[in-house]
Amino acid sequence: MKIPFSYIWRSLWARRLTTSMTVGGIALVVFVFAGVLMLSAGITRTMVDTGSADNAIILRKSATSELVSQVDRETAEILETAPEIASGADGKPLITREVDLIINLSKRGNHAALGNVTVRGTSPQGLELRPAVKIIQGRMFTFGSHELIVGKNIADRFEGVTMGADVPFGGDHWTVVGYFDAGGSGFDSEIWADADQVMQAFHRPVYSSLTFRLKDPAQFDALKARLAADPRTQYIEPKRERDFYREQSGQLAGLIKGLGLVITIIFSVGAMIGAMITMYAAVANRTVEIGTLRALGFRRRSVLAAFLVEAILLAVVGGAIGVVLASGLSWTRVSTVNFASFSEIGFGFSLTVGIVVGAFIFALSMGVLGGFLPAVRASRLQIVNALRGT
Amino acid sequence: MKMLSIIFRNAFRHKLRSFLTILGIATAVMAFGLLRTVVGAWNTGVANSAENRMIVRNRVSFIFPLPMTNRAEILRVPGVSEATWANWFGGQYGDVNDFNNFWPRYAIDPDTWFQVYPEYEVPADQLKAFQADRSGAILGAKTAAKHNFKIGDVITMNGDIFPGTWQFTVRGIYHGKEPSTDETAMFFQWNYLYESLKQSSPGRDLGAGWFVLKIDRPDDMAKVATLVDTMYTNSRAPTKTESEKAFQQGFVAMSGAIITSLEVISFVIIGIILLVLANTIVMAVRERTREYAVLKTLGFTGRHVFLFILGEALIIGIFGGVLGVLLTFPIVKGFASMPMAFFPLNGVSAETVVLGLIVAGLCGLAAAAVPAFRAARMSIVSGLRTVG
Repeated sequence: MKIPFSYIWRSLWARRLTTSMTVGGIALVVFVFAGVLMLSAGITRTMVDTGSADNAIILRKSATSELVSQVDRETAEILETAPEIASGADGKPLITREVDLIINLSKRGNHAALGNVTVRGTSPQGLELRPAVKIIQGRMFTFGSHELIVGKNIADRFEGVTMGADVPFGGDHWTVVGYFDAGGSGFDSEIWADADQVMQAFHRPVYSSLTFRLKDPAQFDALKARLAADPRTQYIEPKRERDFYREQSGQLAGLIKGLGLVITIIFSVGAMIGAMITMYAAVANRTVEIGTLRALGFRRRSVLAAFLVEAILLAVVGGAIGVVLASGLSWTRVSTVNFASFSEIGFGFSLTVGIVVGAFIFALSMGVLGGFLPAVRASRLQIVNALRGT
Repeated sequence: MKMLSIIFRNAFRHKLRSFLTILGIATAVMAFGLLRTVVGAWNTGVANSAENRMIVRNRVSFIFPLPMTNRAEILRVPGVSEATWANWFGGQYGDVNDFNNFWPRYAIDPDTWFQVYPEYEVPADQLKAFQADRSGAILGAKTAAKHNFKIGDVITMNGDIFPGTWQFTVRGIYHGKEPSTDETAMFFQWNYLYESLKQSSPGRDLGAGWFVLKIDRPDDMAKVATLVDTMYTNSRAPTKTESEKAFQQGFVAMSGAIITSLEVISFVIIGIILLVLANTIVMAVRERTREYAVLKTLGFTGRHVFLFILGEALIIGIFGGVLGVLLTFPIVKGFASMPMAFFPLNGVSAETVVLGLIVAGLCGLAAAAVPAFRAARMSIVSGLRTVG
């Protein structure tokens, strides 16, 4: 016969203070556990969203980021005539020659802290390839001029990029004419200008990368094979844009996840032991009660189950509170340097169903591990001794 | 003395519970220590920066080099006694996705670099051999040990920033002067990079990634910075000159968000220690309410009872703290050998040890404060009436 659930619930309620402290400990652990996973997922999502499924990007082989990649004009011309590449609205091949640089800007509120901000020199095709990018204030820069548009993360977090501001770099002055929103992708943490102007200013003869849209994403492998066979294009490597940006996030997301989870799992043992202490105390306080239950005919199994369910209940409530606390993080945005590209990236905490499920499983295992031994002790009490009390 | 023995006996009256509490606190303190050590690793560069060094780099950002001609001009600035330079090489050794294959590689000036950085100690004969070999390299002892590189070995690398296949011959191994000195870097001749680039990509101006200045008197730093920076304000490559410490702090600040999250986590850990301890103390006090009333009847005052409870929490807290700190050492060691810890972990600092103990102790006091106060104030009659 099963011990009624209401009995279990009430016995938790009877010791409110102890219960709430145990629940609090579990909630804190689950909060950090979910927070770390959300941060890691946020980075990956921001970066993966930066790419789109039918775009591909070309970098020099062994270049891990656009920053260190070099692609020459000849290669760009070869690719522009490739039959696999889609055409834009104007009939020209939809391929953009881009250049990536880093400039230092001061962070808002902390003038001494400099951030590495990516300046992307792009082309009209570059804008057509990324339809998600929208001007939210001011206007688009004019090609052929020294004008800049600033991603909203950079506009929010850095000094010296207010509308109309003069940004000096490359031996010249550039004017901020607009802010853009790239829908939460990595482009939000960039500054855009005309590629030709940027290259001229910095005396750069080569591009960083080429990005293009495929007529049919399935043609990617054929194009890759053809480029690898041509001696003129053997020094470059095409990648699907999504894959490229996923790689860009891998290191930072992996570091946060690895570091965060190792530490969380270590101190989760502390909270688990907290649950164990509570449950042992519950067993000790209720020895007579357990004896009575057994005398009434409840089996050892039922007693074991009742105490285990009690521990699980503690864990689930703690887990739920932890997840609710963590979901509050969704509103915060953070910004840090991405080691892979060495430039600033802004991102949010991203709560996924997988993380919620993971957090509950984590909480549940804390409850089961913490509650098992006390429950075994409760179930093994001798009726006579138990009724006699301690 | 008597009081102390009562406190001790009370603390360990409930052996299983005390043991579990100590264990729980120990794991939390251990996590706290590991976290502090990781945050400390980020700050190694700041801690290791010398009082007499300044860094000059391109104002726009570090990816743009400075003209080599700047060196002679900077050397003429009063207060500057030496100016050496370096370029970040990058490079890929073996499997790129394996963090073990990453270590910092710099192209440096073989004649002046080790004068400006005396903490990198290279035996005189090895330094000589390095200076005589254009493709020679000096390796940090840790990296050499990790990959089993010996003097005379050839290291082959792929260039990412500087395309091509690069070969370096190990000519020397350096050891750090201080235990915290970074022993992972690799240095090779700037000329090697310069000459190779002249052939492979003519027209690409290598320049100096950054200059490192040796300053006679640290007080001159502000003056030197202004003098150097004004010199290049209107040049093609404006400079930013700052103390090595400020430069390193700038690097740390870039990962500010990660460090902040780690610090938030360490507060959460403190919260967990507090909850676990408070739980145990509250239980103990509740069970012994009648006992405390009896003690008061015998003539002990409320203050005694207060001290009994506080002392008990303190003892359990400190036991947990000590155990946790002891466990921190092996866990940091294990963590440092994990491939993802690609930044150097320099062992547990004395500060971390002290902080861990203080946290555990203070948590003990904080956890016991309320129950101890209540027990002290409770009247004898109501205490005796309590059904435990």
